[in-house]
Formats: sequence, C-alpha cells, structure tokens
Amino acid sequence: MKIVVLVKQVPDSGAERNLRADDNTVDRGSANNVINEMDEYAIEEALRIKEAHGGEVTVLTMGPSQATESIRKALSMGPDAAVHVLDDALHGSCAVATSKVLAAAISQLSPDLVICGAESTDGRVQVMPHMISERLGIAALTGARKLTVDGSTLTIERQTEEGYEVVTANTPAVVSVWDTINEPRYPSFKGIMAAKKKPVDTKSLADLGVDPSEVGFDGATSTVLEHAKRPPRQPGTKVTDSGEGGVQLVEFLASEKFV
Amino acid sequence: MAEVLVVVEATGAFGVKKVTLEMLTLARELGEPAAVVLGGPGAVDAMKDKLGEYGAGRIYAAESEELDAYLVAPKAAVLANLVREVQPGFVLLASTQEGKEIAARLAVKLDNGLLTDVVSVDADGVATQAVFAGSTIVKSKVTRGLPIVTLRPNSVTPSPSPTTPQVSTVEVALDDAAKLAKVTDRVAEQKGSRPELTEASIVVSGGRGVGSADNFKLVEELADLLGGAVGASRAAVDSGFYPHQFQVGQTGKTVSPQLYVALGISGAIQHRAGMQTSKTIVAVNKDAEAPIFELADFGVVGDLFKVVPQAAEEIRKRK
Repeated sequence: MKIVVLVKQVPDSGAERNLRADDNTVDRGSANNVINEMDEYAIEEALRIKEAHGGEVTVLTMGPSQATESIRKALSMGPDAAVHVLDDALHGSCAVATSKVLAAAISQLSPDLVICGAESTDGRVQVMPHMISERLGIAALTGARKLTVDGSTLTIERQTEEGYEVVTANTPAVVSVWDTINEPRYPSFKGIMAAKKKPVDTKSLADLGVDPSEVGFDGATSTVLEHAKRPPRQPGTKVTDSGEGGVQLVEFLASEKFV
Repeated sequence: MAEVLVVVEATGAFGVKKVTLEMLTLARELGEPAAVVLGGPGAVDAMKDKLGEYGAGRIYAAESEELDAYLVAPKAAVLANLVREVQPGFVLLASTQEGKEIAARLAVKLDNGLLTDVVSVDADGVATQAVFAGSTIVKSKVTRGLPIVTLRPNSVTPSPSPTTPQVSTVEVALDDAAKLAKVTDRVAEQKGSRPELTEASIVVSGGRGVGSADNFKLVEELADLLGGAVGASRAAVDSGFYPHQFQVGQTGKTVSPQLYVALGISGAIQHRAGMQTSKTIVAVNKDAEAPIFELADFGVVGDLFKVVPQAAEEIRKRK
C-alpha cells in the first residue's frame, strides 16, 4: 500500500506562541518549531500498516525551509521518503489555499492512503482532511481512534461525543487520527542516521502546477485584521485546608451563585 | 435583511444541542435566522418547536436516510446547493468535529473563506477568535465569498424569541462523490444524564491526583451535585482513570464553562490549553506550588479526598 503522511511543523504548544506584528501570521522565527504532535500518531499508523501489508510511506510537508528539521525527524521514525512543498509565495496561505496545494502534491504521488493528524496544535481547525477529500474526490475517514485495513477496504472507529461510529470506505482515501490510536515509536539511533540519507524531494508551486496568485496573502480567502494578547488571569484566593477546606470551597461557590 | 443559515446540530435522538440555540440567538443580530436541518426522516418534526422558540423564522428541511448513512459529505453537498440558491448573509455552524468538517467541504465547494472556533461575530462579518489556547485574541474576516463561521460552544447566552417557523423542503439529491464514506454502525458510550462536556455550564475535572478509576466517583459525585459535566486531564486519561472522550486540554476538548473545578490537576500547559478561558476556576490540589493555582479564582491546598467529600456534604446541606 502506498501511503502519504501529512506532517506539519508547528510552534511548540508547550511554550509561549505568538502571531507576528507585521503580517499577523504565526511567528515561527521566535518559536521552538516541532512536528505537530498528532502527526506522530499518523506516522506510526502508516508504519504499522506498511509493516503488516507492505508498501511505502512518504512524508508530505508544506512549509518554510526550517520545516526540513521536522521532515528529518519524521523520517527518523521510519518512513521511506519525503516531499517538501517549499515556495516563498506560500507564506500567508489560508486553509482553503493550503488544501489546494496539498491536493496537488498528493495527486502527483497517487497514494492509496493519506494519513494525517486530526488537528494541528497551532490552528486546531480540523478542516484539512475533508478539504483534501473534496478536492480529490476521495473518501475522508476522520477522527479515527482505530483503523483496520482489509485489502482495499478501510474501516475506522470515529470518536464522537456520544460514543463512536464505525465508518468504512475503499481506497484511495484520507484518514485522520487522534492520539488514542497508537503509541508512536521513538526514533532509534539507526533510524536517525538512516534519515539523513533518505530522499527529500522539494517541490515548488510551478512543479505542482499551482498558480502563485491562488495562494499566500494574494489568494487568501480570509484575513486577520488585528490580534492582541489576552491579559493573563489573576490568581484569586488560595487557602490551605485546616479541616474546613471543603466548606470554604462551597462558600466561595455560593458567593458566585453556583450553589 | 438577508437570511442567516444556522446549521442545526443535534444529538442522535434529535435533541437540539445548546450550541444551536446559541447560533440562533447570534443569528438574530446578523439577519433573519433560518435553521437548516440535515437529518433523517422525522428530524424536523422533532426539533421544530425548539428552533421556533429561539427565533428560527424559517426551517430548511432536508430529510433523508442518506444524510446519516455517510460521513458529512452529503450534508455539505445539500448545504452548498442551498447556499447557492438562497444567497444568505452568513452561514453559521457549530465548532464541533462535524460542524467544522461540513464547513471545510462547503468552503471548498464554494471556493469561499471560513473562520473556525469563533466566539463572536458582528454584522460586518468581523469575527473574534481565541487562538493559542486562548492566550491570543484575533479579529478576522472572510474576504472571499460570504462569511462561513463555526461558533465555539458556550460563546453566546441563548435567549428565546418565539416565532412559528415556515418549513421549506430541500431536495436531497446526492452524487456518488458524497457517498464514499459509509457509516455502518453508531455505538453510544456516554452514560447517564450529564450535560455534554463542551456545552456544560459547569465542568468538574479530575487529574492524576484522583489516583484511580474508582476514585473518579468522587469527581462524578461533585459534578452531579453541581449539575455539571465530568472532565479529565491527559494524565488521568493516559493512566486509564477515565475515557478519552472526556479529556480536556491541548489534545482533547476545549471547554469554556461558567465554572471549572480542577481536582488533583497540577495545571500543565497541556491542560490549561483546554480550560483557561473558563469564566470562574476553582482548584483543589495538595501541592501549594501547582501551576493551576495561578489561574484559580479560588484554590484549596489540601487533600482532595478530605476536601471534596466535605464540599459535597456541604452542598447537600444547603440544598
């Protein structure tokens, strides 16, 4: 099975994250940039399918030149190759335009299966798999906590608020996964060394046949007008329990009309 | 005034979700609210009164077994046709997994911008979003097409404005591309009568400090006394204390209730990302230095196994 895994480089969600003052995009310069956590589960799932059914795993990333670090990190887990969509004109692209670029790159690879994380930790928008599905006319199985491959039939358990749904489709398809699906492996030393030699194919917009006017700020379908930091919360009262802590808690709740 | 399409989100039993009432309330400020029901046969009859109570002057009724038989694509297809036909001023959807997925497909079909996780939007289409775990407030606008906006639950206080809706039937005609992902089963796991986590006005969450799955009964008891939902930190979920669908945090649900009660939760960034926009936060933790106290409006440093039962008893006394 030919598998493409979408990997996004994001600012570390464990540290302070900012938008740039000059153009309102995510500030990657000051951030510690890492692989989007959910994508590691997507890579793991792809590797397990390859191990069980054979095939090849290609990482696909759209991002600026520093995204190379995340691509190498992804490859160190075990995928065979990577495609890096890199073009200065992409800066400022909205989700709709991003899906156009990724769909173009995916069609060139013509995989049986595209796997991605259910959301990224920076945008948390969750739209990319369905946008790609819509553009390519292939099935989207999203929010998987379990994925089963049986020949060309894919079946997922999709987490919902009330429980789960069982959803099935034939390949080609795009599947998005939550972090409940598996436990990602750590790259081995051998894997890290091997990743340095794995092929990373860089593609420009011209290579993908996408017009620069359709992406970036020019092609954006929405715009950020302004942004500001929310003032930090001020800590309130802190009491140490000396036998009346529960009562004091309820007194506070009552004063706020919750009880 | 142009119509504002509100895509109704409901539970499997056709219970209109609170976020739908929030959207109808918001829609009244933006234009003429029209509810769009995309569901199985009988959906409109079951929900009509509630939608009318919150000001839906019109209901666009798309009812077909096929809408529920496949994953979201049929709903997006019907909605796209409706948008082309009625040319609404706005399309509002819930900022839930399904709401965002329908919005995603709609945006591509119409080559139109979309804004997700919006907490408010004005008549000019300027939306407010809280990003980076609520630490940054963004004002943004759709610049191509009409505003397609997904509203984060608990952003608007629903208020009734009764009217009698006119029902317009919408044809459901689907091509094969909408029928690629077939739903073969739906399994309910959530038990009891607690409110849904992202919609609840009160959330009581437990963390690693709760210690075991069995001890989560304490968290549930307090939640039930307060009429709230139960949440859990990632540490508690990873330890197997509570199911994943109740996880609050960066890799779980984002909640923004009136009251958030954190029990035995240290307040790692992972967790804060999912709850720090809550209106009031209280915390019980034995570690006086736990970062959760930096957010808490009221904190008790103490043993939750003593503090929580005492608090539960006190609430019972006051009832």
